[in-house]
Amino acid sequence: MTAPTRHRPAPPARLFLLAPLVLSNCSGVQSALDTAATAAGHLRLLILSFTLICGVVWLLVMVMLGWALLRRRPAATDAGTQRRLTIAVSVCVAATVVIVGGLTTLSFLATRTLGSGEGEIEVVAVGQQWWWQFLYPAGGFQTVNELHIPVGRTVRIRLESPDVIHSFWVPSLSGKVDMIPGRTNALTLKAERPGLYRGQCAEFCGLQHSHMAFTVIAEDAATYARWMVEQARPARTPDTSHPDTSEAEAGRAVFLVKPCAACHTVRGTRAVGTTGPDLTHVGSRRTIAAGLLDTTRGTLAAWTADPQTLKPGTTMPLVPLTSDELRQVSAYLESLK
Amino acid sequence: MSRSRNDPEDRRPSDVDLPEAEVARRLHRTWATPRTLKDALSTVDHKIIGRRYIATAFVFLILGGLLALAMRLQLAAPEARIIGPDRYNQIFTMHGTTMMFLFAVPVMEAVGVFLVPLMIGTRNIAFPKLNAFSYWIYLAGGILLWVAFAVDVGPDVGWFAYVPLAGPEFSPGKRADIWAQMITFTEVSALAVSVELVATIFKQRAPGMSLDRIPVFVWAMLVTSFLVIMAMPAIMVASTTLILDRLVGTHFYNPAEGGDALLWQHLFWFFGHPEVYIIFLPAVGMVSTMIPTFSGRPIFGYLALVMALIATGILSFGLWVHHMFTTGLPRLGESFFTASSMSIAVPAGVQIFCWIATLWAGRPQMKAPLLFICGFIFTFVMGGMTGVMVASVPLDSQVHDTYFVVAHFHYVLIGGALFPLVAAIYYWLPKATGRMMSERLGRVVFGLIFVGFHGTFFPMHILGLMGMPRRVYTYQPEMGWGGINLFVSVSALVLAAGFLLFFIDVFRSARSGPLAGPNPWNAPTLEWATSSPPESYNFLRIPVVSSANPLWDDPDGPSVASGLNIDRRELLVTSVVEALPEARESSPTDSIWPLFAALATAILLIASIFTPWAVVWGALPVTLALICWFWPKGEPEDEA
Amino acid sequence: MKEKIALDVSHLPLHGEGMASLTWWGTCAFMLIEGTGFALSIAVYLYLMSLAPLWPIRAPAPDLLPGSILTLILLASLVPNILVGRWAKQKALRKVRLGLVIMSFAGIAPLIVRIYEFPALHVSWDDNAYGSITWLMLGLHTTHILTDLVDTLVLTALMFTRHSDNPRRYGDVADNGMYWNFVVATWVPLYLCLYWVPRL
Repeated sequence: MTAPTRHRPAPPARLFLLAPLVLSNCSGVQSALDTAATAAGHLRLLILSFTLICGVVWLLVMVMLGWALLRRRPAATDAGTQRRLTIAVSVCVAATVVIVGGLTTLSFLATRTLGSGEGEIEVVAVGQQWWWQFLYPAGGFQTVNELHIPVGRTVRIRLESPDVIHSFWVPSLSGKVDMIPGRTNALTLKAERPGLYRGQCAEFCGLQHSHMAFTVIAEDAATYARWMVEQARPARTPDTSHPDTSEAEAGRAVFLVKPCAACHTVRGTRAVGTTGPDLTHVGSRRTIAAGLLDTTRGTLAAWTADPQTLKPGTTMPLVPLTSDELRQVSAYLESLK
Repeated sequence: MSRSRNDPEDRRPSDVDLPEAEVARRLHRTWATPRTLKDALSTVDHKIIGRRYIATAFVFLILGGLLALAMRLQLAAPEARIIGPDRYNQIFTMHGTTMMFLFAVPVMEAVGVFLVPLMIGTRNIAFPKLNAFSYWIYLAGGILLWVAFAVDVGPDVGWFAYVPLAGPEFSPGKRADIWAQMITFTEVSALAVSVELVATIFKQRAPGMSLDRIPVFVWAMLVTSFLVIMAMPAIMVASTTLILDRLVGTHFYNPAEGGDALLWQHLFWFFGHPEVYIIFLPAVGMVSTMIPTFSGRPIFGYLALVMALIATGILSFGLWVHHMFTTGLPRLGESFFTASSMSIAVPAGVQIFCWIATLWAGRPQMKAPLLFICGFIFTFVMGGMTGVMVASVPLDSQVHDTYFVVAHFHYVLIGGALFPLVAAIYYWLPKATGRMMSERLGRVVFGLIFVGFHGTFFPMHILGLMGMPRRVYTYQPEMGWGGINLFVSVSALVLAAGFLLFFIDVFRSARSGPLAGPNPWNAPTLEWATSSPPESYNFLRIPVVSSANPLWDDPDGPSVASGLNIDRRELLVTSVVEALPEARESSPTDSIWPLFAALATAILLIASIFTPWAVVWGALPVTLALICWFWPKGEPEDEA
Repeated sequence: MKEKIALDVSHLPLHGEGMASLTWWGTCAFMLIEGTGFALSIAVYLYLMSLAPLWPIRAPAPDLLPGSILTLILLASLVPNILVGRWAKQKALRKVRLGLVIMSFAGIAPLIVRIYEFPALHVSWDDNAYGSITWLMLGLHTTHILTDLVDTLVLTALMFTRHSDNPRRYGDVADNGMYWNFVVATWVPLYLCLYWVPRL
């Protein structure tokens, strides 16, 4: 498991010891019950309360059904049966109304606690077939498949899509909101703890809907500020004096000559294509191909060599490269920290 | 026509004072479908058409089920490479489309086509030629979809076909057009059946079957028919505008030119949510009709049940937005739809408590149908509970479009509709074939289906909460979903085994099951007053009803009406509320033209995928076929 | 088992009229289907309008003349239509024949005006969403007129054959007239929506 499993003291969980045991085991990389933000925490509480209440109601109905089927029956029916049944059914229906009303109120209260506040920081998230683009207007840069946010600050995310409908979902931090072409939605995130939180597209968006993930990296203010500065810089130029980097330098030339530059941007070079992800700091990102592979020189090379096998249908075409060129390009990409 | 009209002994047209054998002989000559190919293609007998409809729908259930198994095979392990994304997207689209449009809705309508005329005591459904047409057009739509899938142009944009993904820019080729046109086929057939059922239920009930004596299943089909009539036009508008966007360049769904992607979702779910109740309400009717039989007492709370059916029908039009809670609609509107979605739990509660009360007050006999009904209550109440959960906007924001929702609606649709349907097959198949199914096998079938179902779908709730989205063709090993998915896939095999055994028993019983007799379950409703299987004319004489449970309240069988002409197809038209006799209306004879009209319509619709002009030239054969259909043939049935 | 005969229905008429006729109910059900369809198309129109910053989108409001003439023709056609219904009730064959011929022309006339109505929209279906929905609404209603016209023509032909003098036929004429009333009735909201809403 690449993302760390977080252990939390589970304060509200104690209230719900009765909730089905199985739910408490729903932790994981991307779980709605393994939360790290106030909003998601409220939602977790809401899910558990609904489960508990609904579970009890279901159990009661089953007891009634069981009783109705298995009870010992008197030899003769008694004349008051119909009246008693009418009362019993009416009481049950009234109870249904009360429970449904209560749950509706609970839902409204949860909506109100979630709030829709303004954000201290604004990021634009653009869902594309099949990757994520994050624009940081404050820093004047963009990043791909990796959203950095500072812990404890409210981040407002504007959600857009230029192609089909996607849905932005990081269950540990918040519920999902759709990204709809022609419309702009928004969502606020506020991480309580530093950590890595996986997100994934939740609206069916075509061939590679399954491989459209991203990572939210919540970090302390200082780390976040450093990261902002790093990302705002143009791509580093390989230091030619160093023997290890000559390969990267060659890769840079290949990158600029081959069709790569038509789709990708590497700030500080002639590569200014906008169809594909910005690769200015691709080497610094944890994964490539929208969460498909961890970023290593090997995966970069494999991805460049044959994207259609790794992610059938991806918009990244196969660009024929010799094995030397492939080695050089992967070295270059890896160097773009 | 094979019958001779001028036989001298046939001069007396009415059945008054004739011996029963003579009435039966002449009715048979008037109504029966002879065993030739032409007659088989021309028949308008609601029982034959209903049987075909049901059998075809179950074929689609098997096909859809096989697709489900294919998906479970691919999902059994992370990053499996058994089925690629392109094929997988076609498979899950075909699975949903087949199950919703080619199985669930048609099968419920089909059971109505078969049973309603028998339950209300009439000789045939209203507009029987339209009924034949609706079957052919449904068959054509199903074949279109599956042939397209077989040649790798099956739709791949989901059964919901959200734009812009299904629009011209992101789905080039013909796949989405085939989906949209298949919708038209099934809509036409469902609308036709609904019109027939409304007219049949309002006007052809046996004398004395006033509104408060109608079997609950018939009520359910009436409400369902109105839902179809009010909801299906929305999907017609939706699929038509989609195909116009794709074929002639309109901009309904293109935001760059003033269109809107969410418009599609509004239209689709304005139909799509009532659709759920179009599938579920007939099941409610079936359960409400079977429970009294196996409890040995009339249904508790007849009026409350009927009111609950109507209330559910009305409320179902106020819920569509709960499929769109994550689209960023205004919060006030969303709150309204939370409240309305939750409120539908109230009529559902009324139904469940009435059923439990009936069982409590009666003496339940645990025959196979009742076993499935108990399984239904167990499962459906769970599905209802998760339904209440997803009705909450904030809660839905976590579980929407995850496997939690997949679990939820399979609980509601399989638990809420398929379990009752299987119960109904155990219950009514003896009426259709004259032979009983096996009680012993029935228990094994129930065990396999029940265990297999919960093993397959319960873990999906957990997968959803663990973050597994829907409609993914694979997932990565580090997500930790592999174990549960494997368990689900194995359980799906158990479920499939249960259905396999069920189908084996259906075929076995139809050939060699013990004879059923007219009323094997000692049931109270009219369909059990005639032989099993019923003769082509359904009833020798039309029953006269004086209670809601005619076969119980009158141990000698219901009294009957005489005076109908038995040498031409004639049935009794009665008033809407009290079912007082109004007229002896003729009922159309067999005709090949519905088949030709359906073929002509199919050609028009399929050709219009390739050229819009097909709508113009294709209309000519359709018109011609319809004129031949309606033009009087100078038969006795045309007299008035 | 000997059946107890409790009711003799031999005296009943062989064909019910009005609400006692199955066709009447079938026609009503189809009108409900189509009415829902038209109501939805108006809803779509208003929905798209609510989203657009300017309505109509890049087009002037449609010219009033052809649409208004068509409206007048349709409204005027109600008079002979109602008369035909009355004659059908009286089973007056000659008058019904005459009325149906008139109604055939009353069905053709609006189709001719409709040809001028499409250009009067000043927008094409593939220009923008406004063009798409207006063409859809006009197109749907044209189909509506066309189907009823074909029905009227076939019925007119039928009334000149040996099948004419039959209560069932008169019922068909009455139902056809009811359907034409419906064609006119659905046009009024469509007309207001297409021609007057953009002028609000």
